[in-house]
Amino acid sequence: MTDVAWIDAALTSARPQALGALLRYFRDLDTAEEAFQNACIRALKTWPQNGPPRDAAAWLIMVGRNTAIDDLRRGKRQQPLPDDDHAISDLDDAESELADRLDGSHYRDDILRLLFICCHPQLPATQQIALALRIVSGLTVKQIARAFLVSEAAMEQRITRAKSAIAKNKVPFEAPGAPERSERLAAVAAMLYLVFNEGYSAGGDSADLRAPLCEEAIRLARLLLKLFPAEPEIMGLAALMLLQYARSSARFDANGDVILLEDQDRAQWNSKMIAEGLALIDKAMRHRRTGAYQIQAAIAALHARAAKPEDTDWAQIELLYGSLEILQPSPVITLNRSVAVSKVRGPQAALDMIAPLATKLASYFHFFGVQGAYLMQLGRSDEARESFNRAIALANTTAEADHIRKHIDRLMEESRAKVART
Amino acid sequence: MLYAILCYHDEAVVGGWSKDEDDNVMAKLAVVHGKLAQQGRLGPVARLLPTTAATTLRKDDPPVVLDGPFAETKEQLLGFYVVEAENLDGALDIAQELGRANPGGAYEIRPIGVFHGTFAP
Repeated sequence: MTDVAWIDAALTSARPQALGALLRYFRDLDTAEEAFQNACIRALKTWPQNGPPRDAAAWLIMVGRNTAIDDLRRGKRQQPLPDDDHAISDLDDAESELADRLDGSHYRDDILRLLFICCHPQLPATQQIALALRIVSGLTVKQIARAFLVSEAAMEQRITRAKSAIAKNKVPFEAPGAPERSERLAAVAAMLYLVFNEGYSAGGDSADLRAPLCEEAIRLARLLLKLFPAEPEIMGLAALMLLQYARSSARFDANGDVILLEDQDRAQWNSKMIAEGLALIDKAMRHRRTGAYQIQAAIAALHARAAKPEDTDWAQIELLYGSLEILQPSPVITLNRSVAVSKVRGPQAALDMIAPLATKLASYFHFFGVQGAYLMQLGRSDEARESFNRAIALANTTAEADHIRKHIDRLMEESRAKVART
Repeated sequence: MLYAILCYHDEAVVGGWSKDEDDNVMAKLAVVHGKLAQQGRLGPVARLLPTTAATTLRKDDPPVVLDGPFAETKEQLLGFYVVEAENLDGALDIAQELGRANPGGAYEIRPIGVFHGTFAP
């Protein structure tokens, strides 16, 4: 890797800690961001000559703080940086001292706070995601706009609006107690999963553009895991994202159409990510403190463990969906459980199970897709076709509609094959 | 004399490599591995999963299982095992048994992502 690429990677990985500490110090997001920016510029200038510092984050905090204080003192924040490097001439001595002061629990809360300010409940999900990518990950507005498939100007406006919304809101700077900390952690976990899904739910035509969102969510989940190593739900979240993302290169065909899980070329699944995901869920389970992310990760793990679709342990998947239903009762989860039920006990049992959901899921396209599939398997083709047509009418994207059409094609083929055999 | 070569790097940087970058490094290493293997000078090679996948067994009395990698600095790395187990619980059982034979210090249990080598019967 070139020097510049290395520095770029080091700055990205130091960003949450450094910016979090600067935010605690200045208690103002714009000042903290500007200070961090200036420190990065200084790093790009001095690191190639002097070599990288032992602790990049501590260096950036120190330099960022000093330059911002200088600028504030002068009251001319737009003035270019002075050329002499007196501010950092004795940095090497001070660095170790500062590194010592930045004890683990402190920067842990800094990073958590930085993530937490992005999950303000009044911000719509898309704004939370955009804000986190801008502030925590340091992606440029252009990069974020690209991932969201909107214009740069629209994204700029969205982020500005989100920033002014959180500026009105008082950010708590005192160190959180244990209950607040775990509340923040849960909110941040939910926000990271939003970031991930924004990337993962993209259609085949934009999956490549949105992949960085998934990668960023995984990177931040790993970071959380380092800060809170004994939280089984964070292990579960990281495992869930890794196990899902591991399938990404097998999810779409050359035309960008969805390939169903059972039709995917499992050799294309990323075995490294699967290994990491399995190790994390294994670790989480030892805590015997179940949670929604862990259960979903355990379901993903059962799919990942099956070398062939017919090896899938559907009975265990049904049990896991059952636990998830108890934890988070929702008709969508019941619908998912019915898929496992159809594999274990047949389509009639599954159909009976989803019958009570018809009113609640009357506008949910998956409901009619799944219902159509069971009816088709039972040989009730006319009713099946009716369900499929309703599903297509309710589809939000062309990818979803195509997905259903694919189901129809497959079932048509299967029933034709069955007829041919008899 | 046999030597162990222990690999250290910034995990955040290596973990941030794209698949292409990672494959590229692995391909270059494979060339060196191949040469050593041909000369009969290469033992087992392992690439560990990230430290976030680690669990630590402190061999105190009683032993304590902690999430995360071994983080103390006053102890030094003195040896390692590669064992096969059904899952983390199985690996911890083995570590506990080893710990009873040799108390004090700690074992860090790290799942292995990539392994080249054999298990002798």
